[in-house]
Amino acid sequence: MSKMHIKFTLNGQEVEGLAEPRMLLIHFLRETLKVTGPHIGCETSHCGACTVDVDGKSVKSCTLFACQADGAEITTVEGLVNSDGTLGVLQEMFREHHGLQCGFCTPGMITRAHRLLQENPTPTEEEVRFGISGNLCRCTGYQNIVKAILAAAGQLNSHKEAAE
Amino acid sequence: MIPAGFEYHRPADLASAVGILRAHGDEARVVAGGHSLIPMMKLRMAELGHLIDLQAIGELKGIEIDEGRVTLGAMTTQHELIAHEGLARAIPLLREAALQIADPQVRYMGTVGGNVANGDPGNDMPGLMQCLDARFELYGAEGTRQVAAREFYEAAYFTARADDEILTRILLPIPPAGTGYAYAKQKRKIGDYATAAAAVLIGEGLSSVAMTNLSDTPVWSEEAGTALAGGDIEGCVEAMLAAIDPQEDMRGPIAFKRHVAAVILRRAIDSALSRRA
Amino acid sequence: MKDEVQSPEERSAGLKGMGCSRKRVEDVRFTQGKGNYVDDIKLDGMLTGDFVRSPYAHARIKSIDTEAALAVPGVLAVLTAKDLEPLGLHWMPTLAGDKQMVLADGKVLFQGQEVAYVVATDRYAAADGVAAVEVDYEDLPVVTDPFKAMDPDAPVLREDLAGQTEGAHGPRRHHNHIFTWEQGDRAATEAVLAEADVVAEEMVYYHRTHPMPLETCGCVASMDKVTGKLTLWGTFQAPHAVRTVASLISGIAEHNIRVISPDIGGGFGNKVGVYPGYVCSIVASIVTGKPVKWVESRMDNLMSTAFARDYWMQGKIAATKEGKITGLWCHTTADHGGFDACADPTKFPAGFMNICTGSYDIPVAYLAVDGVYTNKAPGGVAYRCSFRVTEAAYFIERMIEVLAIKLNMDAAELRRINFIRKDQFPYQSALGWEYDSGDYHTAWEKALNAVGYDALRREQAARLEAFKRGETRKLIGIGLTHFTEIVGAGPVKNCDILGLGMFDSCEIRIHPTGSAIARLGTISQGQGHATTFAQIIASEIGIPADDITLEEGDTDTAPYGLGTYGSRSTPVAGAATAMAARKIRAKAQMIAAYLLEVHDDDVEFDVDRFVVKGAPERFKTMKEIAFASYNQAIPGVEPGLEAVSYYDPPNMTYPFGAYICVMEIDVDTGEHEVRSFYALDDCGTRINPMIIEGQVHGGATEGYAIAMGQEIAYDDMGNHKTATLMDFFVPTAWETPHYTTDFTVTPSPHHPIGAKGVGESPNVGSVPCFSNAVHDAFRPFGLVQSHMPHDHWRIWKIAEDLGLHG
Ligand SMILES: Cc1cc2nc3c(=O)[nH]c(=O)nc-3n(C[C@H](O)[C@H](O)[C@H](O)COP(=O)(O)OP(=O)(O)OC[C@H]3O[C@@H](n4cnc5c(N)ncnc54)[C@H](O)[C@@H]3O)c2cc1C
Ligand code: FES
Ligand code: FES
Repeated sequence: MSKMHIKFTLNGQEVEGLAEPRMLLIHFLRETLKVTGPHIGCETSHCGACTVDVDGKSVKSCTLFACQADGAEITTVEGLVNSDGTLGVLQEMFREHHGLQCGFCTPGMITRAHRLLQENPTPTEEEVRFGISGNLCRCTGYQNIVKAILAAAGQLNSHKEAAE
Repeated sequence: MIPAGFEYHRPADLASAVGILRAHGDEARVVAGGHSLIPMMKLRMAELGHLIDLQAIGELKGIEIDEGRVTLGAMTTQHELIAHEGLARAIPLLREAALQIADPQVRYMGTVGGNVANGDPGNDMPGLMQCLDARFELYGAEGTRQVAAREFYEAAYFTARADDEILTRILLPIPPAGTGYAYAKQKRKIGDYATAAAAVLIGEGLSSVAMTNLSDTPVWSEEAGTALAGGDIEGCVEAMLAAIDPQEDMRGPIAFKRHVAAVILRRAIDSALSRRA
Repeated sequence: MKDEVQSPEERSAGLKGMGCSRKRVEDVRFTQGKGNYVDDIKLDGMLTGDFVRSPYAHARIKSIDTEAALAVPGVLAVLTAKDLEPLGLHWMPTLAGDKQMVLADGKVLFQGQEVAYVVATDRYAAADGVAAVEVDYEDLPVVTDPFKAMDPDAPVLREDLAGQTEGAHGPRRHHNHIFTWEQGDRAATEAVLAEADVVAEEMVYYHRTHPMPLETCGCVASMDKVTGKLTLWGTFQAPHAVRTVASLISGIAEHNIRVISPDIGGGFGNKVGVYPGYVCSIVASIVTGKPVKWVESRMDNLMSTAFARDYWMQGKIAATKEGKITGLWCHTTADHGGFDACADPTKFPAGFMNICTGSYDIPVAYLAVDGVYTNKAPGGVAYRCSFRVTEAAYFIERMIEVLAIKLNMDAAELRRINFIRKDQFPYQSALGWEYDSGDYHTAWEKALNAVGYDALRREQAARLEAFKRGETRKLIGIGLTHFTEIVGAGPVKNCDILGLGMFDSCEIRIHPTGSAIARLGTISQGQGHATTFAQIIASEIGIPADDITLEEGDTDTAPYGLGTYGSRSTPVAGAATAMAARKIRAKAQMIAAYLLEVHDDDVEFDVDRFVVKGAPERFKTMKEIAFASYNQAIPGVEPGLEAVSYYDPPNMTYPFGAYICVMEIDVDTGEHEVRSFYALDDCGTRINPMIIEGQVHGGATEGYAIAMGQEIAYDDMGNHKTATLMDFFVPTAWETPHYTTDFTVTPSPHHPIGAKGVGESPNVGSVPCFSNAVHDAFRPFGLVQSHMPHDHWRIWKIAEDLGLHG
């Protein structure tokens, strides 16, 4: 199969590369572009470790061909760091509240939480649990992940209030 | 978990899409959200030479609410459907059901069109559409035609849609105000297909019941609806139990599924009755 | 100086030593996607390997045709057993004294077994190559039931063992029999059973499941033909042991092998063993001269690498009328699959199953375990537990409940009557262990009070009445568990793996400016070693934890150790860390005394400095001492400040806990809701409470999954029925219960800092707790025993069989 030329915006920058049409976005990110934050945990669309943000949607990048993302705007966990290189609020709160152990689910989890808080800045605990139910974690039992996301929501909201 | 090779197409309009479909015969398949098709391709259970991505076709998008009728573009995602406030007012049953499908990520990608066209008995939307008496609009070389959801499903993965047709829109009558509704689903966890699911509408001159994943097609039973309209809940359950034909899988043996089917149906009926104005 | 105005408490807090919830240093990398896991490794010219796997559970291989595969663009080689045979690598030794096929040698013994290894330029070409290999199979009769496997005319699975009547663990009495392991006093136990007031007997099955870390197993092998050096990166829970095994089986000298465990995405026992993928990747790298990566898919992982449990435990428990237990008998049939690839210490073919007397003072006991071959995947690893301790804990905690039913007694009270008393420690168990310390009664009362046990029982009784009146279809179950873990393998005198004693190690170097690096023989898979071990050092020698770098997992730099599993890191490597730190402190004391011009005995350690006794204004900080050790000639003291310790623990440690769960169960659909889950853990000295709590949440969630739905299931043809996460139950945040954690502290008397290890207690304790809750809900209707997993249909089946569906 001849390769296609694929181009999209990744974490604010234009990137491009060649890929067979059948190449999955997760492999294109990890192997062609060497962006290894998103992980592979199941390959069957169940675990969410590969979650990236595509045009404002949380997407399991193991279930999307790279060519389908041609022209899209993509954010991965690498793109959620502050512009000065410090940890973003969600990242900081995951650390603060021990929302990770082995760290393998973390990039997908944080990327998903990012979109969740964009859509619902003041979620209840139940909404957080429902909102991250596409992401599996084998280490934490979720309790501290949920705590971290709620804390991040609180911080983001107080930042917003302060700015207003 | 690596699919076989194919060629990728991203047509900008329906006519081109159907053109490509016709040109390649059963070598070609359309992809909508891809969350049923791509997993099958990764298992090499669906091998195809040409993949036609519908994402750029504007005609397949949009939610319209007119007098008495809702039109859903086939490419409407479950996420969009859930987020649409007008739709939630017109047909609240849709949101209630969509929230019980898969998980957030899958709902961002999975489309209503893909869900009903797929023909997998596990999909929730087909039964739901039968309950709501939806019509599917199909576009092919010979033009456009409509098929009732209740007549669309023939067997697992076999539907009334011809290989070179594209499902474009879903047309739904808005149930009269005050109609009771409910979607109840038992599953093992979030992200699982139904052990048993029931869609129920109870209203003035309208009682309709359909169930999911209890046969090789969705099951809508006229008899069950009639019994329910007459206030005969156990008659409704009995009619439904006569219509389903569940198979054993990891969710459990047949006897269990039949038992749960009845419980879930009663649960949906109770909930629908409680919402009936 | 700022130092002088700080109180000792302030100085101590600044160290972030033991007892503080120090934030994890690892997280800065992980939260921004900068972890370095095996699949993130990319080397120049790196190739990818992938397996052709058997679709049959038992079949003869008539032929393998690789021609079409070799014609696939990008495919460079296809290895089969024939290619490995001249190297002697078509079979490999297992950690359990058996051997295992690397690639199918004439036949296959389980579905998903490795048949051929395709090497290609990338994973896409490799997958195409795999699809193009043609294998001709002739299917053979399949045995998946370990009891049927022992029938006289059962099919012969291991033809390679034909006629061998002696196995690695004693006599084999049948062609599918692996070993019999006996512990305790059979005659005495049978005598007690024969005369007891009450004997309860039950078969308790702990089903087959899988550790399923979120990251699957994988490796990158890179043979440098110029230097002759092999570098192997991999998801290894025991990198040094892998190096030794790799050297033994490949013949490459051990100094020419470097094994590196980078970041590991969870292990839970899955990453202890040696898998065909590692061997094939090494061979492929040698053959091609290029680095070769192999990372299994989730399906491969669930089908072929290291399952856990699968123990059929027949139990008899004897007691007086008043409920005092007088004896325990257990016969276990252990299903090991096609090869015995358990990862147990050599002398323990059934792990520490002989901890099955649990938290109770049982005067006599007898245990026999029969290991059996079946047409299932090999494994039998400790899934977040110490070798078979989960099985043992489940067994005894079920037997206690069964006995309570027989005695018509409250199960909390029955436990109370039988606990080993505080004054009995160190306690010699009937099956040969010496429990180091414990205070079970205190923990138990604390737990019962915390949940309001009596009120819960009243609520449960009221619900039962409402159910009988037809007002509800939901029952309440109260699950109780008191478990005793045995971790920290272990004393070299009785614990080894492949002859390697199970000590562990730590090397600490203090730099001239007073910061430090420590290297350990263990490897973190999420336990936060880089954080907690630095805390131990901080407290022991008074250097801030933030100034200590911690390294693990590189066999070229780290001291030899047996790795991380069985909750052994804190008990063994944690002890080694404390001991190495104490060696440094001893040397520092000499240096300080010299600098202060007093005798060694006239200075004493004070948080982060040595002070002259009785003259606290005269002191030398660790920073000053470190500098002096490098820049001053001190008579009688070698320059530098370094130490290494290889710690051979005198005994295991015995963490324990009391867990209580309240569950609502729908008798019609089998759905359940965990209303509350209370976990009290006693893991001795607590190094980092935040990390302990996180370990409890995680372990209990695994336990919840196992008890309530997670299983590796096969049909009668040996087809694997749970190979994806659709059917292999891993709960999401939505299903996962909320946890309340609590603790008591009973330090280990023999551990340098009194710590016992906690990583695996919650898995051990929570499984019986959830399971007991399900059983408890149905106890009033006569339920005695129903096997896990308690998924919807099996709970429904309980209710159906008890006639609760009318
Ligand atoms: C983890 C997971 C859990 C899930 N759980 C559920 C669940 O609980 N309930 C449920 O209902 N679904 C579930 N799904 C399926 C999901 O909802 C799918 O997205 C949906 O079934 C198909 O929609 P799609 O847009 O992704 O279709 P695709 O995968 O793109 O297509 C599916 C099929 O329909 C055809 N098709 C698609 N669109 C059209 C069209 N417009 N015209 C003609 N043919 C078309 C395709 O050619 C293909 O054969 C789950 C999926 C996953 C991955
Ligand atoms: S790897 Fe994509 S969902 Fe698991
Ligand atoms: S932290 Fe290990 S999987 Fe979530």
